[in-house]
Amino acid sequence: MSNKKLNMKDKYRLLTRDLEWEFSYRDRKEIFPQEDFEGIKITDWSKWEDPFRLTMDSYWKYQAEKEKKLYAIFDAFSQNNGQQNVTDARYVNAIKLFLTGVSPLEYQAYSGFAHVGRQFGGVGARVACQMQSLDELRHVQTQIHAMSHYNKHFDGFQDFAHMHDRVWYLSVPKSFFDDARSAGPFEFMVAIGFSFEYVLTNLLFVPFMSGAAYNGDMATVTFGFSAQSDEARHMTLGLEIIKFLLEQHEDNVPIVQRWINKWLWRGYRVLTLVAMMMDYMLPNKVMSWQESFEVYFEEAASSLFKDLARYGIEMPPYAADAIAEKEHLSHQAWSIFYNYGHAAAFHTWMPTAQEMDWLSEKYPNTFDKYYRPRFEKWREMEEAGERYYNPTLPMLCQTCQIPMGFTDMENPTMTSYRQSVYDGERYNFCSNGCKDIFDHEPEKYVQSWMPVHQIFQGNCGGPEMEDVLGDYYRINLGVDNLDFKGSPDEARWNGWHNLQSAEDKLKKAS
Amino acid sequence: MAVAAITENYVGERLDRVENFHGNQVLYVGWDHHLMFCAPVAFAVPPDAPFSKVLEELIPGAFSLHPEFGEIDWNQVEWHLNAESFTPDTNATLAEQGIDHKSILRFATPGLDGLKGSGS
Repeated sequence: MSNKKLNMKDKYRLLTRDLEWEFSYRDRKEIFPQEDFEGIKITDWSKWEDPFRLTMDSYWKYQAEKEKKLYAIFDAFSQNNGQQNVTDARYVNAIKLFLTGVSPLEYQAYSGFAHVGRQFGGVGARVACQMQSLDELRHVQTQIHAMSHYNKHFDGFQDFAHMHDRVWYLSVPKSFFDDARSAGPFEFMVAIGFSFEYVLTNLLFVPFMSGAAYNGDMATVTFGFSAQSDEARHMTLGLEIIKFLLEQHEDNVPIVQRWINKWLWRGYRVLTLVAMMMDYMLPNKVMSWQESFEVYFEEAASSLFKDLARYGIEMPPYAADAIAEKEHLSHQAWSIFYNYGHAAAFHTWMPTAQEMDWLSEKYPNTFDKYYRPRFEKWREMEEAGERYYNPTLPMLCQTCQIPMGFTDMENPTMTSYRQSVYDGERYNFCSNGCKDIFDHEPEKYVQSWMPVHQIFQGNCGGPEMEDVLGDYYRINLGVDNLDFKGSPDEARWNGWHNLQSAEDKLKKAS
Repeated sequence: MAVAAITENYVGERLDRVENFHGNQVLYVGWDHHLMFCAPVAFAVPPDAPFSKVLEELIPGAFSLHPEFGEIDWNQVEWHLNAESFTPDTNATLAEQGIDHKSILRFATPGLDGLKGSGS
């Protein structure tokens, strides 16, 4: 037998396409039972162009090298007491939100891609999905490792996986991914591979990673860099799936268009959390949500949809709604979390006077007119020793599950209400996008696990709200939740730096 | 097709049917143009409760922290039930006046425009 080394091209073929075999004694439909029910028509899987051009052995080699560098930096960060060098302890709440809200989505993505990596009839698509699945598993692991250092020094990190499955605001990202994973394999790919990983990914990762860089968080910056080359591959896969579906059959076009409409809206609603993180949770701001949205969505999406026009794909109708909200979104989101700061596993606070001035400057049309008065009122209440917490539970949207804090853009102080009646029961929504998604597949969304309704049904412990928050959510009450001011996090931080309060430090620094 | 599913005629479990609320139904209440309360609020309340319970207990419990709450002239309040104009009967029960499970009750207070007129 020859010992000759294979050249790259042969190796690639043997380790990807050649993994396929002919099914001689079983029907293809038995082997790929989920390939037809969504209405997608595939005429020739061999037309699939492998986006990664990577074999498994070189994949392991690249990833192992990246891993070595990454963990060397984590070690240095922890030995250096890197947690003391972030700009301010308030910053750490942004990564609490990331660990509880986003990292579990990496795990969901791992699981989702592993699933569809079994379901497609084409071997190229299967191999690509399996590889992305491994990347996603790597991402959740490196994120947990990066943040485990903060868990030693700050509150709110300890039960992130448990919280992801139960806490009211985490049902927003969780239900988004549950929705995608319980869809068919092609819809999953348009939802996550294309809409999330291709169109929206920069709106999620760039703000978090630049936020980390601007705020002295080397651990998070480093896992961001280490994931970057993976993300570039994921974007290639996202685009390939769209082009492949559209080129396979013209009947696929309206189905794909509807999925793009749906998933860009679903994804955008999840990014509400990023909007408030950027404008309110970073002591050193990178750019405003509005600026980021203009660069990473408005500009990027308009050129993308120009490219897709030749297939008959159009910009989703809800893009106009998202654009209209850009000067309001972060303020409405922070209002929600400030209202329900007693029920969150991270700290909330009112912006300092300087931070409010930054918001006025960045949002000249909206901040002073609509939002500053309520923030100043809350500040006044706090100074009087009566920090405002909303004493009731909020109404939620049936589809995105976010409290109904969004307003009508024609009348920005009027809550946006939408309602459908299905099979004799009322369902309520925050927007046209969320209502249309429900109306198209009501049998799916009648099953939404709505946190507020679940509390009322007695499924989350009780009888008191403290029991729900403490025992069912596992929030350490008085420690993980409530205002940053007066929190153990703040006290520890001030102890490290011999400070009176974080706010005084910000004043001195400026 | 009410859902794309691998099972034909798939029917989802209605997680929020009224029977699951132990004798209560869900009622949402919002005060128009007062967004110091970030979103409309949700209550679990028996359908045979009189409307006075909403007026005297639920609404004050949710909204009385607003400085304008004490200035509301309840005779001038404009009500909407599920987007339709509505005139509540204080003594009648919720069910008797068509306030059913997961209904939205809004009230507007013309002349009271929120903190510094901001709609907050």
